Parts: sequence; structure tokens; C-alpha cells
Amino acid sequence: MSSIQETQNQIVEEINIFDDWMDKYNYIIELAKDLPLIDAQHKTNQYLIDGCQSKVWINADLVDEKVHYTADSDAIITKGIIALLIRVMNDRTPSELVDIDLFFLEEIGLKENLSPNRANGLVAMIKQMKLYALAFKTKLGQ
Amino acid sequence: MFDVTAIRSDFPILNRTVYKRPLVYFDNGATTQKPKIVLDVLEKYYLENNSNIHRAVHHLSQQCTDAYEASRKTIQQYIGAKKVEEIVFTSGTTESINLVAFSFGEAFVNSGDEILISYLEHHSNIVPWQLMAERKGAVIKTIPMNEKGELVLDDLEKLLTKKTKIVTLGHVSNALGTINPVKQIIEKAHQKNIPVLVDGAQAVQHMKVDVQDLDADFYVFSGHKVFGPTGIGVLYGKEEWLENLPPYKGGGDMIKRVSFEKTTYADLPLKFEAGTTHYIGAIGLKVALDYVQSIGLNAISAYENELRLYLEKALNSIEEIKIYGTSEYKAATVSFGLKGAHPSDVGTLLNRLDIAVRTGSHCTQPLMEYYGIPGTVRASLAFYNTKEEIDYFVESLKRVIPMFS
Repeated sequence: MSSIQETQNQIVEEINIFDDWMDKYNYIIELAKDLPLIDAQHKTNQYLIDGCQSKVWINADLVDEKVHYTADSDAIITKGIIALLIRVMNDRTPSELVDIDLFFLEEIGLKENLSPNRANGLVAMIKQMKLYALAFKTKLGQ
Repeated sequence: MFDVTAIRSDFPILNRTVYKRPLVYFDNGATTQKPKIVLDVLEKYYLENNSNIHRAVHHLSQQCTDAYEASRKTIQQYIGAKKVEEIVFTSGTTESINLVAFSFGEAFVNSGDEILISYLEHHSNIVPWQLMAERKGAVIKTIPMNEKGELVLDDLEKLLTKKTKIVTLGHVSNALGTINPVKQIIEKAHQKNIPVLVDGAQAVQHMKVDVQDLDADFYVFSGHKVFGPTGIGVLYGKEEWLENLPPYKGGGDMIKRVSFEKTTYADLPLKFEAGTTHYIGAIGLKVALDYVQSIGLNAISAYENELRLYLEKALNSIEEIKIYGTSEYKAATVSFGLKGAHPSDVGTLLNRLDIAVRTGSHCTQPLMEYYGIPGTVRASLAFYNTKEEIDYFVESLKRVIPMFS
């Protein structure tokens, strides 16, 4: 399995092949279509991160001491970005995730999706993903 | 003759490129751009004339005070108020509504009383009343809407009860563009001696408003949505109402005499203008209103209506698009959904095509819940927009649609 660094580099390379932003978004939308859906029992208000505009549901399980995320969004671009985050963050140890530096978002030009005024729940989602990792880390006594 | 090319050259920002091509700014419902003459007057006052108003005998203070009061006079004339004392400067529509909700509530609302609010309202014309209602034990009731995004007035008589203390509604819906029949509603309310507040935030930039003809008791709007600076707004209130409302904020400029035993308040309108107001903003607002009037509100309404119908016709020809707000009476705002796409997705993609639209609930969540949708894409137009921009907008939507199939 590639490292967090390597996976992010791969994503940057894949997306920056496209010059046109419409093509980049098309790619992100395709990724969203492939994202395994969150289990129905986790698509409830308890797992909802309510942005002002789009909704995001996220759950994390600890499998063999690694964090496994599942997520969904009602907005497809948000969902595509989630798919990228999951690709980078899934099946890592909690310790690796607590202080993760998600540099790829900036390098593919999606940093503006992370400014608070986008209100799309992404910032809150990343925070929640890290919180899950922190909780698991505490649980494992790492 | 309405010369949109000449008008556009008055707005420097319209020449800028965001990513690749000149900005298409269709988010005028959120805020409008400013003509250069407004920016110039702000700069001039800060550079050459700045001094606090109503306070000092020196020349600069006199100059600023005169310009500030001249702005009040322009606003009086712009909305057809009877007296200049009926014009209060606030920070914007939201503060104007909060002021009335608070002060009116303190003076006139008791436990069990009712506040009647239209279903189409922006949160800023809902929440201040809820805060007051909670404080006073009053009840919020709503005027219902229909599928076309119009208010349903069939039961208005019944909704205006002996307990109704005030009616509040928007002149034009920010989310859908519907022009509400405020004159008719005011007439009905007045038959029962109930005052009405009209939120004109989405009206004064699009059409001629005459508060005396409407017979509105309160009329509020923001400077920044009518080509003026941010941070300055207006509360119009009939003199007899404003006289009878207690102050909203205490501070300098709103007092006659202060002692620790008893303070007496200034006469209207200063009673409601505590502290240093955004006086340079007010001076800028005058220039903006003068500018709008130099083009002419009738010409603006006619041109914008032509633009809106042109846009609606184009959108209606696209199968995947559904327009929300289909009243016959609309200002230049078109709200719609795109099949299979979340509004925020559409906004994100249009952004990359240099188009600025607003997506989401537009601070009208009850209205979105009525339609059962998370939000809409809203194109809100101004008189500096063009049919060529609409063509590009529609072409861009057609480019985006296949991405969601």
C-alpha cells in the first residue's frame, strides 16, 4: 500500500493531467459515482455533518487497528472530493491520521473548497475524520 | 434610450476576469456592484472631508453633517416619505428589522399576541420576530404560499385577528423574485388597525417605491443592494410610529440630555442613531441613489423585465431545468433546479466558467422546505447585465448538464 504522501502525489498527478477545470470536475464526479455508499444505518442525522448547502454523512470503524471510513454527500462534487479524501486516509493507523497534512487539496486547486464560506461541510468533515482517528488512537492507547 | 454599454463602463469590476473570461455577475440579490462615482465619493470624503457628524462646530464636521443630512433627504424623496425625520440610518435591512422588532415589541407586544409573517421571508425577517416573540410570549403565524411562489391571501382576513400586533413581509422575495401584493395586504391590515413592515431589500433597486402610496408603516432596505456601500441601511417609519417606539440602542447622538437620574432622548430620527453611524456610507448611498435615478427606475424595471423573460424563456426550453417562482409578478430574479444535480454542484461548475450565481437556500429554509428541495441556483440580475451574458450563462448550463447524467 502506498504511503499517505505517495497516494496524495498520485492524485495530484492524475488530476493535473487535465488542463480544463471542467475536465477536472468531470473526473471528480466520476470518482463520486464509484464511492461505495455509506451503510443505510449510518445515513442518519447522527452521522450528518450539516454544511449550509450540501450534506455529508460520515462513519468510521476500526478494523485491524486501522481506520475505515465510509461517507456520502447529496452533492456530487463534494462526494467526489470525499472519495479522494477516503483514498488518502482509509486503512491508515489512527496515529497517522490525527495530524495528517492533506496537501493534495491545495495542489489540485481545490483549496477554495475548504474555505469556510463554501459551507459545503468539507472542513467540518475533515475535522470529523480526524476526530474519529483521535478517538481510536485514545482507545488503542497509542 | 437605455445604453447598457455606457452603464457597464460606470462599474469598474464588470471588466475584470475571474479565471479566463470577463466576469458574469448574476448574484445581485446578494449584493450589487458599485459605480465608480460611489467609490470616488467614499475616497474623497475619507481623504479630504472626514470628520464626525453632528458633533463639532468646525468646518469638516459641518461638511460631513450636511452631506449626511442631504443623503437622508435624497432617501426621503427616493421612497416618497412624507418627512425627512421618518428616515433612520441603520447598518442595513437586518438591523432595521431588528430595531423595529425589538422596539415595537417592547412598546406594543404582550403575551399571547400574534405576529403575522409571510412564508416567503428571508431569515432576517423571521428570526428577529422570533426573538421578540420568545421574549414577550407572543406567537408567530404565517401567510401561506402556493406552488407558484405567491402568497395566498384567501384566508388573510382570518389570519388578521384581534391579537395580531404587526404584519411583516418582503416587497420582493429574495429567493424567487415574486413581487408581493403589499399594497393590498397593507390595506387589509389597516382595516383592522394593524401596522405593516415591508422589507424592501430586494425591491428598491428594481422598481419605483412610494411608501406613502403603499401606506407602509415601516419600510426597510440596505444600501449595498442598491449600488451603495455596505454597512449602511435605511429604516423608514411613519412619524407617529417612530415617536412611539422606545430607543433600540443607547449612546451618543441619540440623547437630548443625560444625567444619572434620567436621560431624555433626541428627536427623530436621531433617537434611533446611537453612536457614530456609517456616515460616509450614507453619503455614498446618496450618490448611488442619484445614479439609479439618473438612469430612471421605470427604464430599469422595463429593461430588467426584458432580461428576466429572456432568461426564463431560455431556461424553460431546457428539459432538465425547473424554475421555482413562476408568478406573473416578478423582479429580475430567476431561481431554478437542475435535474440530478445539487445546486452547490452547479454553482461550483459555473464558477469555473466565470459566472457568479448564488446557490443554496438563500436564507429562506422554510420556503425550500415547502418545495422539498435543498436549495436552488439563483440568477439575480441587475440593469448592467446583458442578453449576451444570459446567452453565455445558458450555454454554460448546457455544458454542465451532461456532467450529471
